[in-house]
Amino acid sequence: MTRSAQWLYGWLLLLPAAVLLALFTHYPAVATLWHSFRSTPRGSRASTFVGVDNYAQLVDDPIFWQSLTNNLWFAIGTIPLSITLALLMAVWVNGRIAGRGFLRLAYFTPTVLPMIAVANIWLFFYTPEYGLLEQITGAFGMPAHNWLGSKNSALAALMVVTVWKEAGFFMIFYLAALQQMSPQLAEAAAIEGASRAYFFRRVTLPLLMPTTLFVLVNAVINAFRLVDHVVVMTRGGPDNATELLLYYIYEIGFRFWDSAYAAALTMVLLLLLGVVALLQFWFLERKVHYQ
Amino acid sequence: MSFVHSSPRVYLGHGLETAGAWLLGALWILPLAYAIWTAFHPGEYSTHFVPTAPLTLDNFGRAWAAAPFARYFLNTMLLCAMILAAQLVLCTLAAYAFARFVFPGRNLLFALVLLQLMVMPDVLIVENYRTMGALGLRDTIVAIALPYMASAFGIFLLRQTFKTVPKELDEAARVEGCTPLQVLWKVYVPLARPVYLAYALVSVSFHWNNFLWPLIITNSVESRPLTVGLQVFSATDQGIDWSIITAATLLTSAPLLIAFLLFQRQFVLSFMRAGIK
Repeated sequence: MTRSAQWLYGWLLLLPAAVLLALFTHYPAVATLWHSFRSTPRGSRASTFVGVDNYAQLVDDPIFWQSLTNNLWFAIGTIPLSITLALLMAVWVNGRIAGRGFLRLAYFTPTVLPMIAVANIWLFFYTPEYGLLEQITGAFGMPAHNWLGSKNSALAALMVVTVWKEAGFFMIFYLAALQQMSPQLAEAAAIEGASRAYFFRRVTLPLLMPTTLFVLVNAVINAFRLVDHVVVMTRGGPDNATELLLYYIYEIGFRFWDSAYAAALTMVLLLLLGVVALLQFWFLERKVHYQ
Repeated sequence: MSFVHSSPRVYLGHGLETAGAWLLGALWILPLAYAIWTAFHPGEYSTHFVPTAPLTLDNFGRAWAAAPFARYFLNTMLLCAMILAAQLVLCTLAAYAFARFVFPGRNLLFALVLLQLMVMPDVLIVENYRTMGALGLRDTIVAIALPYMASAFGIFLLRQTFKTVPKELDEAARVEGCTPLQVLWKVYVPLARPVYLAYALVSVSFHWNNFLWPLIITNSVESRPLTVGLQVFSATDQGIDWSIITAATLLTSAPLLIAFLLFQRQFVLSFMRAGIK
């Protein structure tokens, strides 16, 4: 095949996917930036250039700051816990534990359920007075507590749902990595008399680093991307205690129809995701142990 | 891992681990078990756990009758089929280009594709809503599907797979007189079959469960997928009749859940395969 035929084929094969990607990923990212410097068209008033007005509004908006801090707490509260649990689960179902098949099933099931369905079930679980959680705490003589209705516990209640939903998903990636590890490593360590804990810390964990990085990046993205449970369980309340950034964008954009301000908020989210991407490259540069 | 169980301490440790694993497993299955209990028993037993409580399918019948779930099922199936079909074609072509053709701008274009792994359509809801308005597609199933059809994940996965195909096979087919598209169809696609299956399972379970974008872009029974239908149903129609809501919830998750139970190994392997690349 001639060189120009190669070029032509390459471009033509790429064309359909490129058009859709450009239209629904690259164009909207650029358009968000553009619209964040303009006003929202209202009635007969067309959109005008307003400079950094939307960003000034953002800096002065306490709900924005709360949604940002909530989101950071949400990330801190869910990511390390779900990754640790995922690793534990993977080690367990990879070993010779009794009832391994059932355990793997139990851990992984939340992954195939829609978040929206899961949220409904947990909503029932958390229901004041007759929800299961209330019945259990009541049986132990603890005072009644409205888990989702109280400012102090609502975000934590959502975190539990997220960890429950995600740990089994991340487990799969660890399981895949563990199954690719040579069994001879463990045999050699056993002959040398290394304890299981020592082997895990010094051999297994370092070899799992690439998986951990992959899972971590996914977990961070999910922490900013998944708000289905907020829609179902709390709608950002009580008193904005569970307002997450993407949910706030949704409210501003589609409840208050302020698309310009929503664009400025989206820019913050894109910036955050960009930082995650850069950090990821930086880590890869510093060579995580690849086998 | 085969470790010799030598001392009582090791036995104790192993016992504790098994107990921990089972406790976690019980916690993980509890919410689903609770929902199943409530959905299959009359309302007055939804929070009373007596083993003698009568079983019933009544809740499912009432839920099915209370909202157009049949239509929602149809919409979701159409949506998943449409997205998957488009993804398979678009991603195959693009992956083939990246794996086996040399053309100017290839690396830059590949980087632009990978950008979508970070900046997913889920985040660009405001602008994509505007675009759908301009295209006159709001409140259609096509509008839900369009932003997801060109999938960076799919392109990446298939490119990695195509790169492992020996070049000799490719050249042999060309010598026989195959055009590049025939080579793709006769050599690459058959060899990548397990990866296609893995990708299909991941894609269908993602889009069966997707919620926020469909919620925004749809506005009528004719286009709503199951997830949005379920939300509209449980938020407005039912007040707090939990028996019906849990029945509807199980109903919407049932196809995926049953498929998962039947093809458990396949599912787990697929998710693994999609993750390793």
